[in-house]
Amino acid sequence: PVITILSYFISSFQQRIEIHKLRQGDNLILGFSIGGGIDQDPTQNPFSEDKTDKGIYVTRVTEGGPAEVAGLQIGDKIMQVNGWDMTMVTHDQARKRLTKRNEEVVRLLVTRQSLQKAVQQSMMS
Amino acid sequence: KIETLKVTVDFLKVPLGLKKPPLKEALAAVPGPGRSKPLGLERHKPRRSDNMDNESQYSGYSYKSGHSRSSRKHRDRRDRHRSKSRDGSRGDKSVTIQAPGEPLLDNESTRGDERDDNWGETTTVVTGTSEHSISHDDITRITKDMEDSAHLDCSRHLGVALAGALALLAFLTPVAFMLLPQLLWREELEPCGTPCEGLFISVAFKLLILLLGSWALFFRRPKAFFPRVFVFRALLMVLVFLLVVSYWLFYGVRILDSRDRNYQGVVQYAVSLVDALLFVHYLAVVLLELRQLQPQFTLKAVRSADGASRFYNVGHLSIQRAAVWILENYYHDFPVYNPALLNLPKSVLSKKMSGFKVYSLGEENSTNNSTGQSRAVIAAAARRRDNSHNEYYYEEAEHERRVRKRRARLVVAVEEAFTHIKRLQEEDQKNPREIMDPREAAQAIFASMARAMQKYLRTTKQQPYHTMESILQHLEFCITHDMTPKVPGAFLERYLTAGPTIQYHKDRWLAKQWTLVSEEPVTNGLKDGVVFVLKRQDFSLVVSTKKIPFFKLSEEFVDPKSHKFIMRLQSETSV
Repeated sequence: PVITILSYFISSFQQRIEIHKLRQGDNLILGFSIGGGIDQDPTQNPFSEDKTDKGIYVTRVTEGGPAEVAGLQIGDKIMQVNGWDMTMVTHDQARKRLTKRNEEVVRLLVTRQSLQKAVQQSMMS
Repeated sequence: KIETLKVTVDFLKVPLGLKKPPLKEALAAVPGPGRSKPLGLERHKPRRSDNMDNESQYSGYSYKSGHSRSSRKHRDRRDRHRSKSRDGSRGDKSVTIQAPGEPLLDNESTRGDERDDNWGETTTVVTGTSEHSISHDDITRITKDMEDSAHLDCSRHLGVALAGALALLAFLTPVAFMLLPQLLWREELEPCGTPCEGLFISVAFKLLILLLGSWALFFRRPKAFFPRVFVFRALLMVLVFLLVVSYWLFYGVRILDSRDRNYQGVVQYAVSLVDALLFVHYLAVVLLELRQLQPQFTLKAVRSADGASRFYNVGHLSIQRAAVWILENYYHDFPVYNPALLNLPKSVLSKKMSGFKVYSLGEENSTNNSTGQSRAVIAAAARRRDNSHNEYYYEEAEHERRVRKRRARLVVAVEEAFTHIKRLQEEDQKNPREIMDPREAAQAIFASMARAMQKYLRTTKQQPYHTMESILQHLEFCITHDMTPKVPGAFLERYLTAGPTIQYHKDRWLAKQWTLVSEEPVTNGLKDGVVFVLKRQDFSLVVSTKKIPFFKLSEEFVDPKSHKFIMRLQSETSV
């Protein structure tokens, strides 16, 4: 059983997070902030390991918000949103894909450095 | 012996305070040129002052001859004679350059301190006297210099006279060419109207231009006496001589002998000579003045005593001319040579020198032993030297602090002194007794700052350079020209930093006698890597040459429209 769990991790060190949007007045908010994009400067990203990575990263998570509840952490890189790829989008496109008015739930595919490290360590041991 | 001690005591009195007139009078009492037996007296006295006396006499000669009019090519004649007489006296290629100036008294009294300490010491470790005692060789060399100078001045005058004669001949030749037919066979000459008149006018003006040009180029006071022939001048002189001689030859054969009737032809012949002379003058301008202007070499001049160095850019010059150039710049670029500043403080020196000496007593075959021993000695000495480094550092720091304190006191004293003086305005009503001229004003305020000044000068070891009289004069000068509160700055600038040599009183500090030591003949041109040395008694200037590199300049065109920029963003959006 341990091996199966580990193998699940090894095959995809990614995590699926489902966030239910919160209605605040007229807006639906998710409770986190994003940074990055192909039109941005990747060298200023504090969370990325590779400074040429132009992906979308979570830069802040509001306390008690839907994102935190769902398990999103600061520094996560968002790979997909509801099936849409987020690795090669501009900052504005990313924002738009996350804030569609007709969607109440967004399913994110995120990758986390701590996850990667855990897998690597377990592989080595 | 008693004589020497007595005279030394007089000199010792001097560095204790500001310079007093007696020393100056003593120097003035040294008779000028005309002393018959300079060396008979001085041979017993191994002191540099006597060296100075000899030197001042020598310099006196050359100063006088410097006044002589220098015409176009006088110098090579003089130099040829001089080089002939010199070749016998010196084995190596060291020749002397003299610059016109006043006799020098070299740092006499600043040495007084050391002489005081080292006088009578019998240890061989460090003696101040050994450095400036004059050996027998020096005396004989100076004797030869005296004789040479006597020869040289005669030859200089001769050279001037000869060159002047040649120049005069060159000037008068065209006139003679034109006049001789008129005088000798006037009746037979064909009349020659307007063309001849035109030619006469042109000859007159060309001769005038030639005269002015020669005056501008050659009739200048020589700035230095060169040891060897000035090659270009000699060349030009020979050229002119050949030119004139060949013209006269042709004239004699073709015109005088055959009594040519065509006067216009004769006049044209004379005009062609004047043109040729003008072109020679042009050549002289190019060779003597223009060629050296474009910088080709960088000369580094380093003073051997304290390491002050400067870099200069010069063009194509011969070594002797480059040496004179360096000297001209030396006097206003290098800070004045102050030997008192060079020595380590006494405490450091004495500790350093009181070491033990190791003698190996008769063991020639045990070389290992001796090297081991010497290594031990060196190691022990190195360990000991650590302490003296410390000593030196603390001594330096202490000295620095002292200088700063004295300087602060001096500045305050001078500021205060200057507040007592005010320039008389028109509207002020003062009775005439209170009105002072600058000299009196200077004397009035000098008293309040004299002590601070004296102490400061003594701490920075500058007191030989400034006599009371010179300070008063400078004070008077500053008072006359500025009355703003910034005057203390302008007044003190002269004393706070050691200025270049030319700033100090000419009579005492401007040397004339320099020796040029070079491995190559001094008329050779400068090349990359040439080194020559300009020597004085206590220090020398080592000059090395480097060629200015050849620059390869390439162009790159930048379109003004190509300057474009983008923003580097990192925005954060909350969703």
